[in-house]
Amino acid sequence: MQTANIFSFHGGIHPPENKAQSLQLPLGKPSLPSELILPLGQHIGQSSRPLVKVGDKVLKGETIAINNGFLSSFLHAPTSGTIAAIEERLIAHPSGLSDLCIILTPDGNETWTTLEPLSNWQDISKTDVLAYLSEMGIIGMGGAGFPTQVKLQGAHKNPLTHFIINAAECEPYITADDMLIREKTLELVLGIEILQHLVEADNVVIGIEDNKPTAIAALKSLLIKRNSKIQLAVVPTKYPSGGEKQLIQLLTGKEVPSGQYPADIGILCQNVGTCVAVHDAITLGKPLISRFTTLTGDALKNPQNVEVLLGTPVAHLLDYADSEKKKLSRLIMGGPMMGYTLDSAAVPIVKTSNCILAASKKELPAPAPEQACIRCGMCEQACPASLLPQQLLWFSKSQEFEKAEHHNLFDCIECGACSYVCPSSIPLVQYYRHSKSSIREAREANVKSDLAKQRFEARKARQDAEAAEKEAKRLARQKATSSKATDAKKAAPAKVAPTAAAPISDESKKLKVDIAIGKSKLKKLQKLLLEAQENEHIEEINNLQLQVTDQEKTLAALEEQLAKTAAEAPVAATATTTAKPSPAPVSDELKKAKVDVALIGVKLKKLQKQLADTPDDQELKDKITAFEVDLKAAQDTVSKLSESPQPSSNAATPEPKAAISDELKKLKIDAAIAKAAVKKVEKALKKAEEIQAPEIESIRQQLQEAQQRADELEKALANPQDASQKTEAAPNSADADAAKKRKIDLAIAKAGVKKAEKNIQLLKEQGKDESEIEASEWPKKLIEAQEKLATLEKEQATEQTVPAAAAPVSAANVDADAAKKRKIDLAIAKAGVKKAEKNIQLLKEQGKDESEIEASEWPKKLIEAQEKLTALEAEESTPAAAPVSAPVGKTTDAVTKSEAKAEPEMDLANQIKKEKIAVALAKAQINKLNKRLESTPEEADSIKQEIASTEQRLHSAEALLEKLIHSQTNMQENR
Amino acid sequence: MALLRITSPHTQRAGRRTSWVMQMVILATIPGIVVQTWLFGWGTLINLMIACITALLSEAAILAIRRRAVGFFLKDYSALLTAVLLGVALPPIVPWWVTVTAVAFAIIFAKQLYGGLGNNPFNPAMVGYAIVLVSFPVPMSQWLGVQDMVTAGETVSFMQSLQAIFHHLPVIDSYTMATPLDGFKHKDLLDTQAAFSSIAALQGPSLNSWLWVNLAYLVGGLALIWLRIITWHTPVALLGALLVMSGAFHLFDASNTATPFFHLTTGAAMFGAFFIATDPVSSCTSNRGKLIYGAGIGILIYIIRSWGGYPDGVAFGVLLMNFAAPLIDYYTQPRTYGHKKAKTGLKIGDDN
Amino acid sequence: MFTVLLAIGILVLLSLIFGAILGYANVRFHVEGDPIVDQIDALLPQTQCGQCGHPGCRPYAEAIANGEAINHCPPGGQATIQALADLLDVEAVPLDGDHGAESAKRVAVIREDECIGCTKCIQACPVDAILGAAKQMHTVIADECTGCDLCVEPCPVDCIDMVEVGVTAKTWSWDKPQGIAATSLNIIATDRQAEVTH
Repeated sequence: MQTANIFSFHGGIHPPENKAQSLQLPLGKPSLPSELILPLGQHIGQSSRPLVKVGDKVLKGETIAINNGFLSSFLHAPTSGTIAAIEERLIAHPSGLSDLCIILTPDGNETWTTLEPLSNWQDISKTDVLAYLSEMGIIGMGGAGFPTQVKLQGAHKNPLTHFIINAAECEPYITADDMLIREKTLELVLGIEILQHLVEADNVVIGIEDNKPTAIAALKSLLIKRNSKIQLAVVPTKYPSGGEKQLIQLLTGKEVPSGQYPADIGILCQNVGTCVAVHDAITLGKPLISRFTTLTGDALKNPQNVEVLLGTPVAHLLDYADSEKKKLSRLIMGGPMMGYTLDSAAVPIVKTSNCILAASKKELPAPAPEQACIRCGMCEQACPASLLPQQLLWFSKSQEFEKAEHHNLFDCIECGACSYVCPSSIPLVQYYRHSKSSIREAREANVKSDLAKQRFEARKARQDAEAAEKEAKRLARQKATSSKATDAKKAAPAKVAPTAAAPISDESKKLKVDIAIGKSKLKKLQKLLLEAQENEHIEEINNLQLQVTDQEKTLAALEEQLAKTAAEAPVAATATTTAKPSPAPVSDELKKAKVDVALIGVKLKKLQKQLADTPDDQELKDKITAFEVDLKAAQDTVSKLSESPQPSSNAATPEPKAAISDELKKLKIDAAIAKAAVKKVEKALKKAEEIQAPEIESIRQQLQEAQQRADELEKALANPQDASQKTEAAPNSADADAAKKRKIDLAIAKAGVKKAEKNIQLLKEQGKDESEIEASEWPKKLIEAQEKLATLEKEQATEQTVPAAAAPVSAANVDADAAKKRKIDLAIAKAGVKKAEKNIQLLKEQGKDESEIEASEWPKKLIEAQEKLTALEAEESTPAAAPVSAPVGKTTDAVTKSEAKAEPEMDLANQIKKEKIAVALAKAQINKLNKRLESTPEEADSIKQEIASTEQRLHSAEALLEKLIHSQTNMQENR
Repeated sequence: MALLRITSPHTQRAGRRTSWVMQMVILATIPGIVVQTWLFGWGTLINLMIACITALLSEAAILAIRRRAVGFFLKDYSALLTAVLLGVALPPIVPWWVTVTAVAFAIIFAKQLYGGLGNNPFNPAMVGYAIVLVSFPVPMSQWLGVQDMVTAGETVSFMQSLQAIFHHLPVIDSYTMATPLDGFKHKDLLDTQAAFSSIAALQGPSLNSWLWVNLAYLVGGLALIWLRIITWHTPVALLGALLVMSGAFHLFDASNTATPFFHLTTGAAMFGAFFIATDPVSSCTSNRGKLIYGAGIGILIYIIRSWGGYPDGVAFGVLLMNFAAPLIDYYTQPRTYGHKKAKTGLKIGDDN
Repeated sequence: MFTVLLAIGILVLLSLIFGAILGYANVRFHVEGDPIVDQIDALLPQTQCGQCGHPGCRPYAEAIANGEAINHCPPGGQATIQALADLLDVEAVPLDGDHGAESAKRVAVIREDECIGCTKCIQACPVDAILGAAKQMHTVIADECTGCDLCVEPCPVDCIDMVEVGVTAKTWSWDKPQGIAATSLNIIATDRQAEVTH
């Protein structure tokens, strides 16, 4: 044990201590009350979420409410009993208002639930220990109730120089910490050691006021006995030395920068009660269900400290300490300096209640009437934050909040020292609290009204756009009727009125805006459409399709108009005219082509479904093949067309781009031709197979060759694409284009996969045996196609994540987009998993034995797909939470925060992945064994044993997985 | 069981109310009053009585007109304190109407019209003093002399004081003489040494009497510091600045200036430093501010004494610095906990 | 005579020079303040309720800039009127009762069982705070709702309630203390009367 240096802080007061009264009697243990009231919001942050229903029976220590986000905590049943209600009850709060509470009627048995201490806390990762502490409901017990695991997590930001244990307890009357140190010295020190293991600070210092000699002696002897490195710093008694910031200044001489946390300067502070609770949780497995509380005041005959169950009504404790109702004039929860008065004794003890002060009128007389401030400066001499309280009062009174803020109002810790010394009895703290909340409310109102304004303006813009659209349509119709007449005259007005260029360019600007809006809408719709297709919602698809075509039509009309206006104003808009007219029709065509693709895809899918129902219908099959060809062709046109508008849209880098895209086009066309060839050959092959033709071998060879060529081309295609990506200076539109392209590629690849699968199926249906199938190119092809699909998907995914991360400024929109995209990916991945599963099932149904299935790629694929799915899911839930918790401007915050938390989260995700794989493997094994059991009944016993053991493994893996996912979701919700 | 619901803190330091502060300041003037009475006769006490009655009456009247609770505000003793400070500051045999004018003006115009206690930008006592000083210069310059220096050879009796204050005392001239500051001011072309040897007011007994007065107020002031009613900053800065100014000028030009000791022990140096400049309402709030404020007054006192139209400069020095107090306050905010630098001025939105 | 003329000449010259300097300074150092409409708009509560008779807050801000009375905004209440009066340096007047009374902050809540999915409220909502599709149940995004009442009228089945946002333990805040001598009885009777008659 070493002694630490002591510094000093400005101001401070010496109120009468009044601590002796409650230390006369030993620690009391009140009886069980008739009901326990457990408020859901006992901590700073989001209220907990109840896990129990009315009528549930709970055991002592059972979790009854779980955390609801990052800054939240768990809640446990303090005793065994029945949940009587979940309702609004008066809570311990200065407002005297009610809040949601779980009401527990004890059964008197005090039956503990099974306790699971974390005995291996030294070996497992710190994140797990923190998660465990969170589950044990541990929060800061000094007063603020900050969830401990959050505070500890924050402490990892910087390497800690000091870990300070706050045992100062500077408030008059309160002796709960004093008593706790005396009673649980060892537990306290063990708890500190656990926390030190978690935070690894250079120095561990216990700060204690010199008015607790017994506690100091007990600590000293234990620390010497244990030869501990923990230092004991005895600080002079002065209020508010127990304030976190003041104690830090006392023990380290450093100041916590305004608006920051101690962790920012490498210091962590924990209350002694928290340390003991951490010890109880980790070594005994006991959640936080009771605490030490001081019962004191002149209105009590037996003032004392008690270890009380959370939720015990104050009235029960007053009875326990023999209160005299007549003498009681003021009931305070907390100390006389910072505590708050209670309206009623029906409120419960919560995790942060360190004292119940039942004061008589003589003890705490009613405050004298407020007099004028004479600016005597006594408050200034007493202020531990070196503020100018008299100036703050002046500004608070006159509602000059800006000036008050400038005078650092928000650095006030509301300790009450100024009010205590004020000769004019001015309730300074109340003025400051009012001003602070007024400022906060004003800020919030400002944010809200800004938001309302934004939304209103966005709505107006949308309505205007819609009106313009309608107008454009009307014009288009009008034009259609009298097209010839206008066509003839079109050139004339342009020549006649060259001065009209300006208004026309205005108009064109408006049109362009409209077009931009229309395009974004179109993109959205297309995305929806894609999603719908992925999920095979036929109705939705039709509906969306209609909308898309609609939108496209209006867009086309608008663009036409734009082109027209641009043509009409050649002088003013030479630049735009040269660039615009060409892309417009091309993109039109492109869109149409895309629509065609989508339509055909839908039809195809429908037919395939039908086919699945009636597998023998040859007509349908023919139709499908026809459609497939159509689809291919349409896709080709799309990919072709999607190239052409690029050079004009990216005028900044026209030359290399154009060249590249030209090359690209050629390559693509080649690829398409090659593919078509492949297809033809394939078809021929199929036919040959169907009729058992002899030339099957030669056809196969041809096919292989064609395939090779196609592959080569595709590879080539992929390379210049990369190159073009690199050259693209303006990433936004280019990226979008690239993404679109990739999507198309994806769709093609998918189609390829599907085709391969179908072919395999066909072969199977034709009674080919497996070896034949294996011999045919198809399975290999399938795998190839799938691989390609996977890489494409991956590419797309990375592509999508890049802009989201790179552009945090416009993050709100981008996030939303990214989230949508991610969802799509997710859906794709899910589909992949489903497919793989189905295939396995199919193979099984076909009576393949297990080894064959194992040999086939599918199980591995399945696991891969599942992995990918989980990764995507993890990815998705992370950003999905961000916009919710952090509105528009705060995304940057969220980003930094997520960065801060990325590490443990990644670990978690990885772990989850591993566990999932383990689960899948175990399941597969069980299946296999089951099958073996069926096939070889003579080995039943041993197999069954194996099954049982595997199942056990499966269960444990699943349990672990669940836990991991749970903690992960917690983490994610915490954002 | 009706429980009281109020904001924290729930206790207050016992006994130390505003009225206690005012009472203590009044009590701290007692040594000075005793010495003044001993040296200059009963006039000071009579003045005090007149001042107190006037103060209470005018305060009550104006509170009644403003429809405030008369009893509540009278009990804060602030009006009484203003009266006491004025009472000891005015010459002991000044006619009663001068005292009444000064006090009434201080209470009504300098304090209540600004909104009462705590809202007055200027020190009320000094406003009242300055008003009568410029309005009635003749009675205001009549100070009594110590008994062994004046022609009458004794201090004025109680009855004579009464007569002088309320009516007219024909023989008053045989009791009065110039104060040392007055004497030094009117040394005209004499150099310092000649002045101290030839002018009556600058002889030992006269100087000693003022030394006693100043020592008495120093004692009272130290008591206030000990009681933590005032901090050391303002008086120390004021006296220090006076010392430095007088010391510097004395070193520079010893033949025409008085010694620092002379400046610190004559006139209202101590009274001003401990009782006038420390008025919390109209002075600066932060410790740094108090230092600047006090130093400013000290410098102004020396300037007015040396080159101004009046022999002493406490009243004008304090009033002038009252003007500057809010500005000083803005630029001398203490460094708040957790801030690297103290904020200055009122730059909104440019917070560190 | 010449001296007089010289003096006049010099004075005229000086006035011309200084006038030119001032004029130049006026142009050169002209401070482009926020247009008054923006400043007014910033003070309005942005409920977009239209109770003032204008389609949104900004049009009312424009109207105020053009001389309309400042007391037509019930959602903003007296506080907004005071702020506008301070900004425009005019007398603060009581709220014009014709446009509605000041009420506590409210949000719209759809009784979801009764909603028929007509989308009429969605079209009425000025801030897009209602979510839903045709023939699907609608719901109000409480955080975005400004409590403007505009969705109540169009609802064909009257399933929208305006619910007052109560004070919870989380939103509660301390009152401002009552001021000097407040705890003594009837100490500033006149002040209180003055408030009532005001």
